[in-house]
Amino acid sequence: MDIRVQENAFDLGAEANAFAARQKGVGAVVTFTGIVRDLGEGDLQAMQIEHYPGMTEKAISKIAEEALSRWNLGDILVIHRHGVLRAEDLIMMVATSSRHRVDAFQAAEFLMDYLKSRAPFWKKEVTPEGADWVEAKDEDEDALSRW
Amino acid sequence: MDVLYFAWVRERIGQPKDKVETKAATVRDLVEELRTREERYEAAFADLDALRVAVDQELADFDAPLDGAREVAFFPPMTGG
Repeated sequence: MDIRVQENAFDLGAEANAFAARQKGVGAVVTFTGIVRDLGEGDLQAMQIEHYPGMTEKAISKIAEEALSRWNLGDILVIHRHGVLRAEDLIMMVATSSRHRVDAFQAAEFLMDYLKSRAPFWKKEVTPEGADWVEAKDEDEDALSRW
Repeated sequence: MDVLYFAWVRERIGQPKDKVETKAATVRDLVEELRTREERYEAAFADLDALRVAVDQELADFDAPLDGAREVAFFPPMTGG
């Protein structure tokens, strides 16, 4: 299990390759990457991501432990950035490995659903009209009920 | 005990942290104490449905006991991922 909460950018290709290379006896690696979206007309100046140092790492580790207990996985990698990001920057990634793809896919989805509403991050969008906190969506909370 | 604030809770209160001496038995009791401090606290804690709480870095609810707690944090619903 490799959990990283960092301000710096990460190299998706290098991380995915390194993760795949250190797996033993698995037949599948799934990766998911979150990208900063500009939902307006190109007016997103920045996405500020605040987090709760100390709790963030613990909360993600707990979610990852839960995934390891539910599926037959080789390993889990989670990288999540905080600080000031721009449109099209990579915010975060998860990677899972398993003998068969179903476990890797399901665990990656589970990790994403829980990271969205149980890991202490808060996003703020900065546009020419001002800065607004992104509101949590009901469907993100509802998504947890399927697990 | 350290009381931490994040996102718009931090902005409304105007600072990220308070050191609090309290005998509050539960999170809800602590909130009631904080609300009486100043208008900015009242503004931050006006709608508890809009808030989440962690006790010693674990998500908790407003009825959670504070016995022995060292750190309580208040924040809006999380928007990670």
